[in-house]
Amino acid sequence: MRLILLIIIALVAPALPTQAQESIVTGISTDNIALTADFEGSEVFVFGAIRREAPVPEEAGQLDIILTLRGPEQPLWVRRKERRFGIWVNTEGVRISQAPSYYAVASTRPVKEILSETERLRWGIGMDQAVRLVGGHPTITDTRPFADALVRIKESQRLYAQLEGEVRLVEDTLFQTTFELPANLVEGTYTAEFFLVRDRKVLHSGGTEILVQKAGLERWIYNLSQELPLVYGLAAVALALFTGWLAAVIARLLRR
Amino acid sequence: MNIYLPIAEVSVNALFLLGIGGMVGILSGLFGVGGGFILTPLLFFIGIPPAVAVASAANQIAGSSFSAFLGHVRRRTVDFKMGLVLLSGGMVGSFLGVELFSFLQRAGQIELFVSLCYVILLGGIGGLMLAEGIRSLRRQKNKNVLLQPRRRRSWVHGLPLKMRFRVSHMYVSAIPPFIIGLAVGVLAAIMGVGGGFIMVPAMIYLLGMPTKVVVGTSVFQFLFVTGFTTVMHAWRSQTVDVILALLLLVGGVIGAQVGVAMAARLKAEQLRILLALLVLGVGIQLALNLVLTPDELYTLATAP
Repeated sequence: MRLILLIIIALVAPALPTQAQESIVTGISTDNIALTADFEGSEVFVFGAIRREAPVPEEAGQLDIILTLRGPEQPLWVRRKERRFGIWVNTEGVRISQAPSYYAVASTRPVKEILSETERLRWGIGMDQAVRLVGGHPTITDTRPFADALVRIKESQRLYAQLEGEVRLVEDTLFQTTFELPANLVEGTYTAEFFLVRDRKVLHSGGTEILVQKAGLERWIYNLSQELPLVYGLAAVALALFTGWLAAVIARLLRR
Repeated sequence: MNIYLPIAEVSVNALFLLGIGGMVGILSGLFGVGGGFILTPLLFFIGIPPAVAVASAANQIAGSSFSAFLGHVRRRTVDFKMGLVLLSGGMVGSFLGVELFSFLQRAGQIELFVSLCYVILLGGIGGLMLAEGIRSLRRQKNKNVLLQPRRRRSWVHGLPLKMRFRVSHMYVSAIPPFIIGLAVGVLAAIMGVGGGFIMVPAMIYLLGMPTKVVVGTSVFQFLFVTGFTTVMHAWRSQTVDVILALLLLVGGVIGAQVGVAMAARLKAEQLRILLALLVLGVGIQLALNLVLTPDELYTLATAP
């Protein structure tokens, strides 16, 4: 089941004081995603329009849009396997202090072509900016392969995505893109950010939030297991004993 | 029909889980084994995190052994006193196992450790069963081969702390059953198995218990040990997925009925060789995963 809830929340982001000629008005197809038992992923449709106070100057460059969607941050261990005594063993590990559980960058053209490096770093756009290694590692000098591996694995799980050229911009005013969220989502607040780019600089930006939550029974079970683990364990055993007994009784009745 | 498992945090086909449960159930009905040693590796193969697979399998075994236990109680084939000695060892073993498990999980070596344990266990058991199966097929052809006599008295009977077990008609030291229980408890905690396949031969050959109470007593022991292990895992590492366990359980009970019906039509020796090949197959698959160069040398794990 694809969740396409059209709860539209228009958001007028406050304009930046410097260049107020152009700003964006955006909408997002949903502000709440429920992880229920039958959750199989979801599509988030992001769209918007560009508002202009004055006509665009003749000499101005091409207009571009960058949209990002970022899941809650979590610390992660990235471990590397090496062959020891013939078998593959985890030997070295690097703790990544902050990595978003989900991260996607969608843009009208490749980010490197439309944004200068300093602007990109300033606004924290891109995979290398998402995965942060604070303080490095005492023994491993080159931690770069570990960060790259994290991005690679997350991309294969469809949790990280670089969607270059996936934002459609019509007549320099209307834009839209779709983020596909896989089924293995982590709970929390997801932030969508919008960047209006011209002449390799960000002219205007804004953001909105999507709440991803386990819902119904799933939520109840998960919360119980975290908050009252002992009660949860006892209940799990009691439930298993009851189910086992009941199923055996039914099976015996059916055989007669 | 996909279902999102709340603790494993993955989306899996529910019918597929019922199928796995059913297959393991058929095995347990056919061969009279718990099937945990096949179930847990299968859960690894479909992408359930190992920690969740082991803990939920323990929960499933507790449920599926309950009705068998009630049956044994009705037929008075449980030596409760012996069971309690085994159980006290089992509780200590389970506690130690869960601690070892969470230590290895923090060190990032749990997958390797569990896989290695399985390779050794499945390889050993599969090999023994295959040899036994082939031997008994030969024995059928040549009826003159003598059965090996069973040693009734061994070093086990010289140990102190002797206790009288009325149901089993035995007077032996409490130390060996305690140690057997302890070993099985550790296995239950780190591998998600009931341990009947170790306990039953140990009780017959090491302690010399009468065969008619062995199975009932072992069911009594692992019902409580897996139950205790489930609670410990839920408490210490929050890795028990109830939805997963219940789906496997329902499939397992249905499968067990099919298995019992099938067992009546097949020859015991052929069955044993079949099971041996299956066990060896799973063991070899796990061993290959350890030896072959993986596609991805890096792994991710959530850090505390």
